[in-house]
Amino acid sequence: MLGHKRFSCNHPSSTFFPLSRLFYRYRDLAPQLVPLDYTGQPDVRLPYELIGSMPELKDNPFRQRIAEVFSEDGEGNMTLDDFLDMFSVLSEMAPRDLKAYYAFKIYDFNNDDFLCKSDLEKTLNKLTRNELTEEEVRMVCDKVIDEADLDNDGRLSLEDFQHMIVRAPDFLSTFHIRI
Amino acid sequence: DTDSNADSEEESMSEGEMERLKEEVEEKKKIIATMRNKPWRMKRRECQAFVDKFEGALGKGKGKKFYAYKVMMTKKWIKFQRDFENFKTTCIPWERKIKEVESHFGSSVASYFIFLRWMYGMNMVLFGLTFGLVVIPEVLMGLPYGSIPRKTVPRAEQATAQDYSVLMDFNGYCKYSVLFYGYYNNQRTIGLLKFRLPLSYLMVGVGTFGYSLMVVIRTMAKNADVGGGDGDEGEFTFSWKMFTSWDYLIGNAETADNKYASITTSFKESIVDEQENQKDENIHLRRFLRVLANLMIICCLGGSGYLIFFVVKRSQEFANRDDLSWYEKNELELIMSLLGLVCPPLFETIAELEEYHPRIALKWQLGRIFALFLGNLYTFLFALFDEVNNKLEEEKSIRNASIWALKEYYANFTLHNNDSEATAPPIDPADVIRGPCWETAVGIEFVKLTVSDIQVTYLTILIGDFARAVIVRFLNYCWCWDLEATYPSYGEFDISGNVLGLVFNQGMIWMGAFYAPGLVGINVLRLLSSMYYQCWAVMATNVPHERVFKASKSNNFYMGLLLLILFLSLLPVVYTIMTLPPSFDCGPFSGKAKMFDVIMETIDLDLPAFLGTLFSYAANPGLIIPAVLLMVGDNEQYQHMSAVPVCFCVDEVSAKWHHAYSPVTPVT
Repeated sequence: MLGHKRFSCNHPSSTFFPLSRLFYRYRDLAPQLVPLDYTGQPDVRLPYELIGSMPELKDNPFRQRIAEVFSEDGEGNMTLDDFLDMFSVLSEMAPRDLKAYYAFKIYDFNNDDFLCKSDLEKTLNKLTRNELTEEEVRMVCDKVIDEADLDNDGRLSLEDFQHMIVRAPDFLSTFHIRI
Repeated sequence: DTDSNADSEEESMSEGEMERLKEEVEEKKKIIATMRNKPWRMKRRECQAFVDKFEGALGKGKGKKFYAYKVMMTKKWIKFQRDFENFKTTCIPWERKIKEVESHFGSSVASYFIFLRWMYGMNMVLFGLTFGLVVIPEVLMGLPYGSIPRKTVPRAEQATAQDYSVLMDFNGYCKYSVLFYGYYNNQRTIGLLKFRLPLSYLMVGVGTFGYSLMVVIRTMAKNADVGGGDGDEGEFTFSWKMFTSWDYLIGNAETADNKYASITTSFKESIVDEQENQKDENIHLRRFLRVLANLMIICCLGGSGYLIFFVVKRSQEFANRDDLSWYEKNELELIMSLLGLVCPPLFETIAELEEYHPRIALKWQLGRIFALFLGNLYTFLFALFDEVNNKLEEEKSIRNASIWALKEYYANFTLHNNDSEATAPPIDPADVIRGPCWETAVGIEFVKLTVSDIQVTYLTILIGDFARAVIVRFLNYCWCWDLEATYPSYGEFDISGNVLGLVFNQGMIWMGAFYAPGLVGINVLRLLSSMYYQCWAVMATNVPHERVFKASKSNNFYMGLLLLILFLSLLPVVYTIMTLPPSFDCGPFSGKAKMFDVIMETIDLDLPAFLGTLFSYAANPGLIIPAVLLMVGDNEQYQHMSAVPVCFCVDEVSAKWHHAYSPVTPVT
C-alpha cells in the first residue's frame, strides 16, 4: 500500500520513515539468510552478533540491551519487524513518550519492570567503563533514586522514569540513531 | 530518503487506493477504540500513527497534495536546519581539540581554552580594523620609506640600524616602520581616494575600545541568560546524567573513548559538588580561619605594594647615575617578576586554611592575583608617565634647535653659492634633527613588554611543565622515591594564572594599540600559537586536577575581570588623547595642538555647515552620557530577547510528532 515496487511485503505502514532502505540494510547484514520476497512472512531471525556489529551500534555500550528489548525472543536475535521497530523508535520522528517507554526497558537489565539499584549500577558502570570506585557508584545510584523515586519504594517505576525523563533537555537528541 | 518516499507515495495513490486507505483508517480507529491505555507493542502504536498521518490527508479538506507538500517542506526544513547547525559547528575552529581537553581535564580547564578562542576572535576583528583602515592605506597610498624625516632612520643610527640586537629592542628599522605611531604622516588626505588617514587613525583607536566594550558586554549578557548561577542544575542532575549523557549517534571508536572519558569526568565533578554539600561544618572555626587567611593575604599585598613603590623610587634615583651594576639596572623588572612568581603559590597555600569549594577558591585566588598584578600595572604606568613627561620637556628644546638648524642650513647654502637664483635642495631626511617622539617610545615599551611576556610564558611552560614531565618520567627509573606519586610529580594546569595572564595581556594590547598599530597583529599571532602550544602542553605534560570541578556555568567572572581591565586601559589612552600635545614632527597628528583637533578640522572642512553647529550642541556631556547608557542598556535587552530558542510552526499533524521537539544539538 505504500507503493514500494522493489520488494513485496505486508508490513503494516508507518514506521516513521522509508521501509525499503531499512530492508536493504537488514538484508546486507546476511544476504544469504534474508530473502527478497517477504510475502510469505518467512521466519528469518538474524543473530545478535550481526546486529551488534552494525556501525551505528557497535560503539554503543547498551547495544546488547537494545537488541534484547526489541527482539521477539528477548535474546537479541531480530526479525525484520524487530529491526524496523528498533530503528523507528530510535529515529528523530518518534514521539517522546514512546522513546521514554523503550528507554526504560533498555535500562531495565533484569526485566522486572522496575529500575532497581542493581540496574542503575550496571548502567553507570557501562557508561563509565568501570572507572568509578564502588563508593562513588553507590553514591550516584543513591542520588538517582533520591531524585526520581516518587512513590518511595526504593526503585524507579515506569511512571517515575517518564516523569523524570520528559523534562530532560537532552533526551530527544541523545536517544536518537540516524540510519 | 524520507522525501523520495513521500513523493513515491503520492505518485502511487489513485482513487481506488484512496478508498482502501479510508477503510483501513476506519478499521484501525476501531482497534484503537478498544484498546486500553497501556504501553503498546509497536504494531498498535503504528495504527495510531497511521490514522494520524492519513486522516489529515483524507478528511481535512485542504487537499492531500497541499498536505503532502507541507509535510515534505517541513521535513526538508528540519533537515536543512540540522545540517546548517552541524555546518556551523564544524566551522568553529579548534572545537574538537577543546572537546578532547574537556573530556580529559574537565570543564574548568576547557573553559580557559574557550576563553582563549573567544579572545582570538575579538583580536582578529581588531586586527582587521587596524590593518584595513590604518596600516594598509598608509603603506599603499602614503609616502614610501625614506622620503620624509619621520620615515627615515637618522644618519647617526644608520650604521647599527640592521643589527639583530638593535632590532630586538625595536629600534633601528623597526622603529621607523608601520609598526609604530611615528611612521604615519599627518597629511590630511592621501592618495586618489582622498583617504583621511589622521581621522581614520583616531577613529580606529576609539573604535577599538568601543568594539571591545560592546563585545564583552554582549557576551556577558548572553552568558547571564544561559547560566545564571553555579552549581544547581535542577532537581534531576544525576538522573539526567545517567540516562541522557550517552549520545546514541556516536559511531566512531575514538569519539566513543572521548565520550566515556567526559562522562566519567562529569560524574566525578558532580560527585565533588555533592560531597561539598554534604560536608558538615564547624562554622565558628571556619569563619575564624577565613578571617585570618584574608588578613595574612592583605598583609602580603600591602607588603608587595610598598616594595614596588620603594623600588620605583630607587630606579628614579638610578636614572640619574651612570655607573650601574647589572642588578641595579634591572632591579625593577627583577623584583616585579619575583613578586609575580612567588606570591600566587603563597596565596594558594594560605587559602588552604579557608576550605572553600574548589570553584569558589579559584575565584578568590583569581581576585587576589588580580590585586597583585594591578600593583605591577600601576608601577609600569607610573614609570612610563615619567618617561613621557621627560620627553615632552626634551621636545621643547629640540623643536627650537631644529628650526634654528634649518635656518642655518639655508643661510650656509646661500653663503656658499653666490648664485641668488638657485634654491637650496631640501635637506636629506636622514640629517634632519629629530624630536624625541614620545608616542613611539610608549609604543616601543608596550611592544617590548608584550614580547617579553610571550617569551616568559612559553619558557615557563617549556621548563615548568615539559622539562619537569620529562625528568619525572625518566629519572623515576633510578630515583630513591617515587617521583610520579609524590614530589614533584606532573604539573596540573594552572587555570587562574593562565586566565589572568590572558586578561592582563589584553589590557596591555588595548593600551598600546593606539601607539603601536602593529601590536594587534603581534597579539593575534601570539594567541594563535598559544592555542596550539598550550593544547599540546596540557595533553602531553599535565595531569587532571585531583579534585575535578565543574566550571561555573557562566563565564561571567572572567568577562567581569576583562571589563574591569578594559576600563583601566581606556583611562590612560583617553587621558593622553585629551590632554597631552602630540609630537611636533612624528605621527598623524603632528602639528596640531591636541590629537582630537583632527575631528574639529574634519567637521569644519568636510561636512556641511549646519552639521558643525549640530555637533557642537550634541557634544554636550549632558546628552552624551545618557545616550551611551541607553545604548548599553539596549544592547543587553536585545541579547535577552534573542537568546530565546527558536521554535518553528508546524501543522497540526506533524505537531503530534514534534510537540516535544527540542533544539538541535550538534553531532559529536
